[in-house]
Amino acid sequence: MPAARDHSSQRGSAMFSRTYIMGGVLGALTLSAACFVTPGIAQESADPIKLTLHDWTGQLITTELMGEVLKKAGYSVEYVQADYLAQFAGLENGDLHVAMEMWETTGRDAMDASIATGKVENFGPTGMKAKEEWWYPAYMKEKCPGLPNWEALKEAACAEAFATAETAPKGRYLGGPVTWGGFDDERVEALDLPYEVIHAGTDAALFAELESAYQRQAPILLWIYAPHWAPAKYQGEWVEFPEYTKECYTDPAWGSNPDALYDCGKPFGEIWKVGWAGVKDKWPGAYAAIKAFTVDNDEMGQMITRVDLEGKTVSEVVGEWMTANEGRWSEWIKK
Amino acid sequence: MSAPASLERPASRHALLHSPGWTGALVWLVAAAAFVLLWQSGPGLAAWAFDYPRAWQIPAVRWIGAAMKWLVNDARLGPVTFTEVTRFVAALLDVPYRIALSLLSTGFLSGQGSNAVQIVPPLSWIGVTATMMLLGLSAGGPGLAALVGLCFGFLAVFGQWDSAMVTLASVVVAVPIGVLGGLLLGIAAYRWPAFERCLVPVLDLMQTIPVFAYLVPILFLFGFGPTAAVVATVIYAMPPMTRVTVLALRGVPPELRDLGRMIGCTRRQMTWRVMIPSARDSLMVGVNQVIMLSLNMVIIASMIGAGGLGFDVLAALRRLDIGAGLEAGMAIVALAIALDRLSQAYAAQAGKAPAAGQGGGFAAGHPYVAAVAVLVATSAAGLLLPAVQSYPEALKVSTGSFFSEAVRWINVNFFDALEAVKNALLLNVLVPFKRLLAGLPWPGVVALLALAGYRLGGVRLAVFVGVLAFLIAATGQWEKAMVTVYLCGISVVIASLIGIPIGILATERVGLWRWVQVVIDTLQTLPSFVYLMPAVMLFRVGDFTAIIAVVAYAITPAIRYTALGLQKVDPRIIEAGRAAGCTPWQILTRIKLRLALPELLLGLNQTIMFALSMLVITALVGTRDLGQEVYIALTKADTGRGLVAGLAVAFIAMIADRLISAGAARQRARLGLD
Repeated sequence: MPAARDHSSQRGSAMFSRTYIMGGVLGALTLSAACFVTPGIAQESADPIKLTLHDWTGQLITTELMGEVLKKAGYSVEYVQADYLAQFAGLENGDLHVAMEMWETTGRDAMDASIATGKVENFGPTGMKAKEEWWYPAYMKEKCPGLPNWEALKEAACAEAFATAETAPKGRYLGGPVTWGGFDDERVEALDLPYEVIHAGTDAALFAELESAYQRQAPILLWIYAPHWAPAKYQGEWVEFPEYTKECYTDPAWGSNPDALYDCGKPFGEIWKVGWAGVKDKWPGAYAAIKAFTVDNDEMGQMITRVDLEGKTVSEVVGEWMTANEGRWSEWIKK
Repeated sequence: MSAPASLERPASRHALLHSPGWTGALVWLVAAAAFVLLWQSGPGLAAWAFDYPRAWQIPAVRWIGAAMKWLVNDARLGPVTFTEVTRFVAALLDVPYRIALSLLSTGFLSGQGSNAVQIVPPLSWIGVTATMMLLGLSAGGPGLAALVGLCFGFLAVFGQWDSAMVTLASVVVAVPIGVLGGLLLGIAAYRWPAFERCLVPVLDLMQTIPVFAYLVPILFLFGFGPTAAVVATVIYAMPPMTRVTVLALRGVPPELRDLGRMIGCTRRQMTWRVMIPSARDSLMVGVNQVIMLSLNMVIIASMIGAGGLGFDVLAALRRLDIGAGLEAGMAIVALAIALDRLSQAYAAQAGKAPAAGQGGGFAAGHPYVAAVAVLVATSAAGLLLPAVQSYPEALKVSTGSFFSEAVRWINVNFFDALEAVKNALLLNVLVPFKRLLAGLPWPGVVALLALAGYRLGGVRLAVFVGVLAFLIAATGQWEKAMVTVYLCGISVVIASLIGIPIGILATERVGLWRWVQVVIDTLQTLPSFVYLMPAVMLFRVGDFTAIIAVVAYAITPAIRYTALGLQKVDPRIIEAGRAAGCTPWQILTRIKLRLALPELLLGLNQTIMFALSMLVITALVGTRDLGQEVYIALTKADTGRGLVAGLAVAFIAMIADRLISAGAARQRARLGLD
């Protein structure tokens, strides 16, 4: 042991002396360089940080915001197109590094399973909240005046208004893909709603049906989530169910139906940032910046609208945000 | 207990195998009676026959899941782990991919990620287009050059160039690997029959297990990104090449082989100098299929990091921009048609031996010299003129909201009429058929399938079919499998009812065939997502929309093989029929269709395969079948569950394939075609 300590102290002093000499010679230069290059980054990996892109606009914006901020801090950034759930395979083995939007409401199971492997880490909330609930276009209020209160849905006239040939006399509620979970079948049962739950296969199908119905001003009742362009494009409201609490999903006695779970609305969940567990060691500065990143629903909603409805590109919108919020993002990358 | 009786029947009637006429009918009658008895005696008597008991289930999900986990984490080949081997393969694949991508899309870079600096720009759009046109000119003359120019021009004018080049880069890597791998496997299978016997079921599985089922293990083994996408593409696109190679080598005339032997060829010379060149025509059919299937995978490849046109299609449809989705989809079609027609022209040219220098001047005679010259010239010009390097933004065209408006117009004006048609079909045909299938007892179905196998192909086929069908039930997939059979069954019937008459019509009228061919090529390569979303708008989510998507895709082989069969009918026989005073209708029904029956059956076989391969897509519009099971497993990263459901799909495909092939072989023998 003493030998080892000797050795290391020797190496330490050699390094020190070399730095000292270099510092002496290049003193002025080093001093001026230090003003521009944050010392932390000099020790970090120069490899590109890979951020995943999915196929919805909000996520593209969030990711590009983060990417631009990291670029400002001097990191090399690469965007990789990946499937929302299939990406965990890449995050676990370090092929991918950061996923900016993992929704509590739809990605929780996959995220928990992945974090349990120890190779993926939760980087904290993005600040955005996922809202998911039953939704109807504003023109349906004429046919079912008691809305948005959920008890109006129970009236036979309302159910009839939302019915189609296949479901009549029950109403038709278009739920999300089965992979999203959401307990709508159970909710209908627990609250004794005269509706049949039809599951869309993808969210593209979900909005295709909404677009179709909206064009014809036809009845529709479906699962909508935010932040998304749909609530901005279509006039409408969320049904107001009894507010979600944890007990509602775990304790049958809670709520109007004493024998059933899920007699309430859907949870209002965080949108998380997740990533490869190795980011912390490989790029500590970037890790801190990613953890610090936050935006809120209103900001995001506006940006999504500018892209999807006003036809701007994602990069333009991100650029505008960067100029307008310089104070905020420079905080995130401050050492 | 009537079920065991019907299970035993095939074995006890061994002597009846080749008995003609009424004894055959009697066997079927008795079997049908036993089946109906079991079915009607109902759940009361034998509940286990209707709902496979959980306690008897084979825990295949757990086994396969554990095996996969072992393969990914612990499997070793000598000193290195299996994952390290696959990672090494991925790194090897990455080299040509990076080169192709640099040439076509990103340019050669120094550094990585966003800090990279471009040293050499990529090939310019004019350069690539001109090169492709030159290849077209040398292979097929000015007509082909114009067609290829049109296809690549479309990419530039509609602003799809950048994405299309990313897609082209992965196709350019995947296709040679698929072709070469398929060729080598095919040669091995031709040389060693034992190897072929092992290979055929593997090929069946590669082609019929939905890609989603093995996507997760591939991601773990090969890493996330374009290389994994290339691997998945090769797995999916290679089997036809192998099959075609075996067939083509068998088709080489024996005289040629004798000649080779007489002049003292070694085994290697025999393969590469005699067999392969003379089988070249047929081999090009395989190349063609590899290209088509690779472009088919573009959407799925984009989900695991390949980017390109597939990503554009998905992104456009998520914001319901039907026009943009269609444009990106048509760009895939344009690439497919250009590559396909080029490869076909090269195949035709190879058949005609010295076709070069057939006019067209220097460029046609020396295409490669000219191509290099063009590439150098345009690259140099591109440095000075930005419009040469990348197509000018201002000249780009888009259909804008035209298609969205068109769908809106149909939606607003005709939705009610469409809804009425849909409801009538749903309530009178689809739902009753679905209920019927769901209510059938599984031992009865297994027994009937085994009996059919016995009658068509003997004991071995009976055992094969019976075991596969039983395994579907034993792994707990029966209910979903029946929904799958219902969806595919109805789709196949509809596709055949539309496709076969179109095929007949297209062969009767010569000019029509060219147009039909363009339409079916489009249907085969246009991502179904593009028409799925408008279909959802007009027909809502559900089985009906799924059936539309399946029919649109599965109709192509129904048309193609009908036309192929009719074109192959010996004209002398038709002449003889005409001389005997047959009406055109009689010639068609009594002579042509009868002689084309083997091809029609092959077409039916392929229609079923195509329909099954669309299952995963139908899960995206909310069906509850095996496709959805595979999709759910993917989203939960549950490898075992996905592979078990994927295998059930493959088993359905293999049962249908073996029964139809046996039927076709019998028909061929009866008609004296062999």
